[in-house]
Amino acid sequence: MNDVPAFCLRQVEQSRGDVRTLRAINLDIPMGEVVAIVGPSGAGKTSLIRLLNRLDDPSQGTVMYLGSPIESIHVRQLRRRVAFVFQTPVMFAGTVADNLALARDLAPPAEDARATAMPDAGEMLRLAGVDPEFASRDAQSLSGGERQRVSIARALMTSPDALLLDEPTSALDPDVADHIMATIRTLAERMHLTVVMVTHRLEEARAVSSHTVFMEAGSVIESGPTEAMFTAPNAARTRDYLVRGK
Amino acid sequence: MSAAITSAAVSNAVLTLRWYDLALASALVLVAMAISVWQRLGLARGFAVGAIRAVVQLVAVGYVLAFLISIQRWYLVLLALLVMLIAATLTATDRQKGRRATLFVISGTAMLVGAGLTLAYVDAVVMRLHPWYDPQYLIPLFGMIIGNAMNGAALAAERLSSEMELRRAEVESYLALGASPKRASAEAVRRALVAAMIPTVNMLMVVGLVSLPGMMTGQVIAGQSPITAVRYQIVVVFMLAGAVAVTSVVVALWYQRSFFTSAEQLVVRSIPSPRSTIAAR
Ligand SMILES: Nc1ncnc2c1ncn2[C@@H]1O[C@H](COP(=O)(O)OP(=O)(O)OP(=O)(O)O)[C@@H](O)[C@H]1O
Ligand SMILES: [Mg+2]
Repeated sequence: MNDVPAFCLRQVEQSRGDVRTLRAINLDIPMGEVVAIVGPSGAGKTSLIRLLNRLDDPSQGTVMYLGSPIESIHVRQLRRRVAFVFQTPVMFAGTVADNLALARDLAPPAEDARATAMPDAGEMLRLAGVDPEFASRDAQSLSGGERQRVSIARALMTSPDALLLDEPTSALDPDVADHIMATIRTLAERMHLTVVMVTHRLEEARAVSSHTVFMEAGSVIESGPTEAMFTAPNAARTRDYLVRGK
Repeated sequence: MSAAITSAAVSNAVLTLRWYDLALASALVLVAMAISVWQRLGLARGFAVGAIRAVVQLVAVGYVLAFLISIQRWYLVLLALLVMLIAATLTATDRQKGRRATLFVISGTAMLVGAGLTLAYVDAVVMRLHPWYDPQYLIPLFGMIIGNAMNGAALAAERLSSEMELRRAEVESYLALGASPKRASAEAVRRALVAAMIPTVNMLMVVGLVSLPGMMTGQVIAGQSPITAVRYQIVVVFMLAGAVAVTSVVVALWYQRSFFTSAEQLVVRSIPSPRSTIAAR
């Protein structure tokens, strides 16, 4: 597509109290691709993707979005272009439709101006694999899988260019998880989204992503095209984790 | 303090308590101490020290008030009000760990605005005092509203921090959709305000039924007509409503800002790890 990476991290460090959560991260996330971040618990996967829409900032180093330092972009605009789906979604009060409308209405005035291009709630629900009949359901009453889909649809209401997902399927049954993964792949294709997805399920990463990043103890051990990573990784540690399953 | 408001005006027909009578009253504290020892509550010392402090503080306040009333100097009255404000601010903030300096400034300003404006309004518009600084009215009235404003400020701040901690995920969900920190924390702020104001609403509901306010009781005991005492009390409860509402809203809206960085990131103290948050649910 384009040579500018969607995200570009250089010498990124992060400490929280005494814990070094991220160490010397250098990473490019190509635009329009689905990138999986895998690694053991506590590796720093969540810490890393939280930097990409500035839910947190690094202690040192730079994060660039489409070639601009991330701090130079107005933070609310950035967050609407780079959507975040949490591991445990929070449904706001009201119906599913209310949740989606709220996400759309949080648009800053500048974004409102291109209101004709604003996403349609019914369309986003459909893309996220939610039956349109759900629009009038009380959002709090949904099951875990339904919530996760609604939270994806809600995130899409901001018309993002990139979608960050933190273990979106970790709390779900395997077949519900598979459906959500299929949805994510479709979304990435139809909407030309850059997707960065944290997962601990390796087969999920392998099936859905074109690139894989392997993290451990705050560092990126290896990253590259998914097939190569799973079949012929460079680092011994990657081989142990990805190929031999630890 | 409340008895002093009328002691100058109406003192003839009243039964005067002597120090000897007070010594007899202290037997009641001994009863409380005995119960504490009997039930092993560990409060005996607290009762003893508390009783002594109560005597010293009240006597001191009595003399200060008597002095202020006799000398009638506007700057001394304002100084007394300022001391009361600072004491209330220290009390309101000492329960909050961390952020103490921020909270001191916020609560102090909020009480100055909330209690100060209310007092100024009652002074200038409702009671139309002459002179405006008449310590006989101003100091007891301020004492009552500052105490309630202080509780409002402390409740608003405490509840806001616990709501922000509890609603971390919700607040970040809003932020992640591009919401302003103000929008993201609106529900936490609303709940903090309700928590801060509910006691005042309840007080208005039951005043005169379940509780006889101290000031009114004092006036009646001091020989004032209950009908006159009631009018003062009505003004006082209205003042409390205004002062508590204004103080809490200033605290909640201002304190809310200290939970976000300039890049609109949520910072809550004692951040639980993602794992423990889930386990706690
Ligand atoms: N707010 C925080 N304060 C202190 N330490 C933190 C905080 N958040 C994360 N950590 C620590 O940073 C490290 C990386 O955490 P992170 O959540 O990024 O890992 P993860 O790879 O997402 O793990 P998991 O697979 O369990 O979600 C862990 O050791 C964690 O305990
Ligand atoms: Mg994580």
